Amino acid sequence: MAETLLFNALREAIDEEMGRDDTVFVLGEDVGVYGGSYKVTKDLYNKYGELRVLDTPIAENSFTGMAVGAAMTGLRPIIEGMNMGFLLLAFNQIANNAGMLRYTSGGNYKIPMVIRGPGGVGRQLGAEHSQRLEAYFQAVPGLKIVACSTPYNAKGLLKAAIRDDNPVLFFEHVLLYNLKEDLPNHEYVVPLDKAEIVRSGKDVTILTYSRMRHHVTQAVKGLEKKGIDPEVIDLISLKPLDFDTIGQSIKKTHRVIIVEECMKTGGIGAEIIASINDRYFDELDAPVVRLSSQDIPTPYNGKLETLTIVQPKQIEAAVENMVALKV
Amino acid sequence: MVQERTLPQFQAPPAQISPEQGLVLYEDMILGRFFEDKCAEMYYRGKMFGFVHLYNGQEAVSSGVIKSLRSDDYVCSTYRDHVHALSAGVPAKNVMAELFGKETGCSKGRGGSMHLFSSEHNLLGGFAFIGEGIPVALGAAFQSRYRRDALGDTSADQVTACFFGDGTSNNGQFFECLNMAALWKLPILFVVENNKWAIGMAHERATSQPEIYKKASVFGMPGIEVDGMDVMAVRAVAQEAIARARAGEGPTLIECLTYRFRGHSLADPDELRSKAEKEAWLARDPIKRFEAYLVEHNLAEEGTLKEVRDRIQTTIDDALTFAEDSPEPSPDDLYKYIFAED
Repeated sequence: MAETLLFNALREAIDEEMGRDDTVFVLGEDVGVYGGSYKVTKDLYNKYGELRVLDTPIAENSFTGMAVGAAMTGLRPIIEGMNMGFLLLAFNQIANNAGMLRYTSGGNYKIPMVIRGPGGVGRQLGAEHSQRLEAYFQAVPGLKIVACSTPYNAKGLLKAAIRDDNPVLFFEHVLLYNLKEDLPNHEYVVPLDKAEIVRSGKDVTILTYSRMRHHVTQAVKGLEKKGIDPEVIDLISLKPLDFDTIGQSIKKTHRVIIVEECMKTGGIGAEIIASINDRYFDELDAPVVRLSSQDIPTPYNGKLETLTIVQPKQIEAAVENMVALKV
Repeated sequence: MVQERTLPQFQAPPAQISPEQGLVLYEDMILGRFFEDKCAEMYYRGKMFGFVHLYNGQEAVSSGVIKSLRSDDYVCSTYRDHVHALSAGVPAKNVMAELFGKETGCSKGRGGSMHLFSSEHNLLGGFAFIGEGIPVALGAAFQSRYRRDALGDTSADQVTACFFGDGTSNNGQFFECLNMAALWKLPILFVVENNKWAIGMAHERATSQPEIYKKASVFGMPGIEVDGMDVMAVRAVAQEAIARARAGEGPTLIECLTYRFRGHSLADPDELRSKAEKEAWLARDPIKRFEAYLVEHNLAEEGTLKEVRDRIQTTIDDALTFAEDSPEPSPDDLYKYIFAED
């Protein structure tokens, strides 16, 4: 076991996969000589050379399309979005070509590519650098969407994403890069399509992902003291959702709270609620509650920013209310 | 009326092409023309749907470039992609079946006119939005260089030909990809089919510098203007650019001055282009011109050319029968091909 920071866990995943398969390469802004804005590709340029760790010009839509073309012809590109928000500029290539091309081509081509990088609300980064694109991209057919949350799952999930034959949007969180965890010395891969049961419990199911997992974990400490026993599930896969795990939990607790960092309107939680209504409505003892970010551009001011995203105290209160059926 | 650009002169010595090579080009151009004429007929008879963009008039570009490529090279097209697919070797029956939405189509009936694909023929698409194919083509070219220089595969000298129109040359992806291709010396041909019109927008009204080939110079890349109604001229320019790309000397921008004989799509009333302009370009029909060239230089007799036309007419008729007789995709397969495992 070795204590590893999350950004280094990602780096190890990329390094191991590049060593394992010489068709794997990294491209993006400042991934090479500079080593990546969050040092996820540090020193890989020296190890693998300028074609396998390719510094691109600032041309998101075009280098994303270039990765699609490289994937169609047999390579396995990993795009680093310096900030995932920048990929709004690549929306067309991600949606039309990464997402839909396999289908419109009638299976002529597969597109094994990973698009990874930091998303989420950081510390006063302003609206454009604080986006949560997972909600925007969830409607695109053909994409897999994954969010990591710990050094352990970050490494294992990224390795799985690189080996997957489909386009995977891989969301990291800008405030989680320095999390530390003891990682196994042996190689491991974490499946992309399985939610992670963070804490087993019986009173209420809390569905969350990415940084909000850690807000939920904080809230659970308070809830435990009050004798409440929540089940916490980290969704991991935002598309497709792991309804096996979600469904089993609902059948046990009959109550669901979703805690997400994306905005409420058209968010991940909105889709989950609709799907729970379709599948498990009869299992519910209470309406599903979602705690989401406010439907506003993330303000720069620190106090306003704090008010924009869900805080542990709010989660605690919402769970208490739900357990008391005061919803 | 806008002053027409003077077409660059090209004198092709007959020794540049053998009778066999001449007939390959002629057959390909006839195939393109007859195929598109049949599409128009089927569309107006209500057998074909969606947006259908025909290539009539531009055949010298597809045949001149793609027939100069090797079969393991890559072709990347636009929404006006039927004839590029045919030149790349996709059988007419599979293209026709795609337009009929059939399971036997080259995209299994899921793509349609603007989404033709064939991995077997290294046809990368079929891209319906302006400019979005250029980065994909760049990726295929990058892949060739990656295999050669990062993986040490000396046989990886494939070239990618990327086609698009004059309207696309004002889109960011065009400039971004020219930059990257030149920066990394990628084996790619950017082939602009300047047919003067983007639906109803005349090229001169859309761009501050209408001579597109000149835009290559700022990227340190050769930019060449060629008469896109002359297959021998296009072929000569393409051969030189392909040789450069294959030798690792980087990309070329080729601007082919051409004209579409029909509207932007079969849904376009085509009311803005003047009669005089259309007549001037119809007089430059690349097929009639190449027929005259072949006969004049004793490369083929009229009887031989008629045999080609008859044979292609049979190919088109067979393709139509195949398309009409083919099954539709099964409703059970509605979700097939979303993911690689499907």
